[in-house]
Amino acid sequence: MATQHSRAAARLMMAPAVVLLLGWMLVPLIMTLTFSFKKYLPLKGGDLGWVGFENYIRFFTASAFWPSVLSTLILVGGVLAITVVLGVLLALLLDQPFWGQGIVRILVIAPFFVMPTVSALVWKNMFMDPVNGLFAHLFKAFGAQPYDWLSQSPLLSIIVIVAWQWLPFATLILLTAIQSLDSEQLEAAEMDGAPVLARFGYIVLPHLARAITVVILIQTIFLLSIFAEIFVTTQGSFGTKTLTYLIYQRVLESQNVGLGSAGGIFAVILANIVAIFLMRIVGKNLDA
Amino acid sequence: MARRVSTRRKAITTLAAWSVGFLIFFPILWTVLTSFKTEAQAIADPPLFLGFDWTLENYAVVQERSDYLRFLWNSVIIAGGSTLLGTMVAIPAAWAMAFVPGKKTKDILLWMLSTKMLPAVGVLYPIYLIFIQLGLLDSRIGLVVVLMLCNLPIIVWMLYTYFKEIPGEILEAARMDGATLREEILYVLTPMAVPGIASTILLNIILAWNEAFWTLNLTAAKAAPLTAFIASYSSPEGLFYAKLSAASTLAIAPILILGWFSQKQLVRGLTFGAVK
Amino acid sequence: MGQITLNQVTKSFGDVEVIPPLDLQINDGEFVVFVGPSGCGKSTLLRLIAGLEDVSSGEIAIDGTDATHVQPARRGLAMVFQSYALYPHMSVRKNIAFPLKMAKMDKAEQDRRVANAAKVLNLTDYLDRRPGQLSGGQRQRVAIGRAIVREPAAFLFDEPLSNLDAALRVNMRLEISELHQTLKTTMIYVTHDQVEAMTMADKIVVLQAGRIEQVGSPLELYNAPRNKFVAGFIGSPKMNFIDGADAAQFGAHTIGIRPEHITLSTTEGLWQGRVGVAEHLGSDTFLYVHVNGLDPLTVRVSGEVGVRHGDTVFLSPDPAKLHRFDAQGLRQS
Ligand SMILES: Nc1ncnc2c1ncn2[C@@H]1O[C@H](COP(=O)(O)OP(=O)(O)O)[C@@H](O)[C@H]1O
Ligand SMILES: [Mg+2]
Repeated sequence: MATQHSRAAARLMMAPAVVLLLGWMLVPLIMTLTFSFKKYLPLKGGDLGWVGFENYIRFFTASAFWPSVLSTLILVGGVLAITVVLGVLLALLLDQPFWGQGIVRILVIAPFFVMPTVSALVWKNMFMDPVNGLFAHLFKAFGAQPYDWLSQSPLLSIIVIVAWQWLPFATLILLTAIQSLDSEQLEAAEMDGAPVLARFGYIVLPHLARAITVVILIQTIFLLSIFAEIFVTTQGSFGTKTLTYLIYQRVLESQNVGLGSAGGIFAVILANIVAIFLMRIVGKNLDA
Repeated sequence: MARRVSTRRKAITTLAAWSVGFLIFFPILWTVLTSFKTEAQAIADPPLFLGFDWTLENYAVVQERSDYLRFLWNSVIIAGGSTLLGTMVAIPAAWAMAFVPGKKTKDILLWMLSTKMLPAVGVLYPIYLIFIQLGLLDSRIGLVVVLMLCNLPIIVWMLYTYFKEIPGEILEAARMDGATLREEILYVLTPMAVPGIASTILLNIILAWNEAFWTLNLTAAKAAPLTAFIASYSSPEGLFYAKLSAASTLAIAPILILGWFSQKQLVRGLTFGAVK
Repeated sequence: MGQITLNQVTKSFGDVEVIPPLDLQINDGEFVVFVGPSGCGKSTLLRLIAGLEDVSSGEIAIDGTDATHVQPARRGLAMVFQSYALYPHMSVRKNIAFPLKMAKMDKAEQDRRVANAAKVLNLTDYLDRRPGQLSGGQRQRVAIGRAIVREPAAFLFDEPLSNLDAALRVNMRLEISELHQTLKTTMIYVTHDQVEAMTMADKIVVLQAGRIEQVGSPLELYNAPRNKFVAGFIGSPKMNFIDGADAAQFGAHTIGIRPEHITLSTTEGLWQGRVGVAEHLGSDTFLYVHVNGLDPLTVRVSGEVGVRHGDTVFLSPDPAKLHRFDAQGLRQS
């Protein structure tokens, strides 16, 4: 279905989207790259000249750098662990026949549609508050000391909030994957005498491997740039300063654009490493 | 396949599934319930579930004090505008990629997706600077454009997967029948793809509605949508649970409803076809 | 008018040459069938004529004017696709009227033509239905209706019957033939089914790997196939081929004899063999006979015969209907 004419038309039709995205990608990225090699302080006169790799050196040697990397790793790793493990279990449960499947499905998916600022504030105030939060009430009811979640385990608190938001996503994708499993395969294994756990280990889990990979990759990309949840809860204090938040602070709060840009370039590279793996999987699927 | 499952087992599964579903949904339910309480009832210990005096007062206060409707309108304009604009740019592109695939089509698609993965914070300052230069800071049009660009890869991708399911012969028939390219897309492709286009629009409205990096960083008083409206409750209003709840309920209700309609498309839209 | 000339037309997809240089002349009003095994390039050739694909080189002329680079819509040709390619969101009426609407024809004339086509094709009662609510045969007719309202210079059909069941296929075959007799418009019809080709065509073009093996009327192809490929492809059951000494005895590298040109006897004949499978169709009987040293021979006998599995029979070819091929597979006489 391709003639010269239709190919020419196709190029024309693709042009707006391609040009827009190319601009959206290149212009800011080149600017960030440029800033990262400059002393750039908007409040003190703006562009103060080239400084080579100084910003990078300062960014990587700053006392806040390694803690922020660690926080990022813990946050991303924690959320991934919770969502993938609970997601698999939940998907297995929801795949069983039971009454009211449609409604339960809706209940489980709902958190994904809650805007990040709302979920963060609701959790912070109405659940995790040490005086009036629901958890405090619950602890008191059992005679325990109320726990100040956000100041005593701030990173864990944020992990809980974010995991609650992303659990539906993981569950939904894993459920879709489970449902595509050929039930005859399972029945054959059952006939062969494989017990439940073996069936899960040898058939269900390998079948889910790809879906789990996809969940991990996509969530990683989104989780690396978690912002609003930190912004409205701890503002980056108490060890919740992730890389994203650190860069944000350098750029907008301390207005050290050069330094922030160096961090920004680092974040871009980091995200790209994850993206390459995801692209591989997606690309393979395109051919199929 | 349908194997008979014992009623007992089904009952147990039902109980488990409903409990888990309830637990996951509970924070939302609790927020909605609290929004109908008075402030005193909202922090009562032990907590009140249903036995309280239902009141709509919080909603009135929220609207009065912070002008909820203005934020809502901004959200509608920003989410709706960016999605519609994106769809208009994406339909021709998706047509080209689905029906006139070339050697580079796959690379272009993957490249488009990869732009979605750029961390926003990495380009925050340049965008900020550009916005100041163009006078777009705290303007709805600025956010419409940014969110359109953010979601364009997803829109193109989703439309592409839907278009791929339409047999190319039908479009060729239209071409033989004398339709111009514009007529082919307008009278044949678009009507056939209506369900796909609708789901694409729906999912992207949701994504734009909940976007909370650019909306928080590029707006102030004038163009702020609901994400920013809620963020303004972080302190000290956040301590007024009933009002926080009312505001939150107002912010999430519209999208929760849309979201439930679009749940089937969610997987497709967010995994780029990697999971079927 | 509908005269189509292909001059040294080639088509390659990337490095793969699907159509090597090809010349073909299609006269106005002819019913031409492209026939050949699956994947031999029939659809590609048809799509080149339609303008849905560009030729890699060569020219296509329609009614004497060069149409090589003319847009599909401007070539004045109508196409019926294998999948019918109906617009699922439009009613039958709108489907049929679509090309007229695109041509900005006035509404009254559109209605008149649609009504006319619907009458010819027995679709009048279905005009307000959607394609999804029609049977396969009806969909086929809508696709034809959409083609005839345009009053094209030629119709192009790409395996239009392959999605229909056997009984319907015979019906539609007749309907299309009748349509051709009524309209007297050029029709180019692609099929892999040689029975369709034999029954419908004025002129058959046999293709293999993008090359034209032979062009001719059905009987020319049947009586005088140019080579072994055409001989084997045209006619059902397939022609028997015999090599070696048995062929040399007739002065050929290979001889071909159609099943209907072999005489069966229980007493004497050229070859002695044993009956394997016997297929009784009532009107005919097909026997698969195992002869020592040869591949099984197919024999077609009119009506019923009294031989059964395992019987010994004698076979003799009709010398006048014998085809002789040389080592290259070309027919000598
Ligand atoms: N768009 C295309 N790209 C690459 N190869 C193609 C394309 N279309 C057809 N072909 C190849 O050309 C050959 C002829 O195809 P086609 O014309 O569809 O055969 P037919 O219709 O006789 O079955 C086949 O080998 C097919 O794989
Ligand atoms: Mg074909």
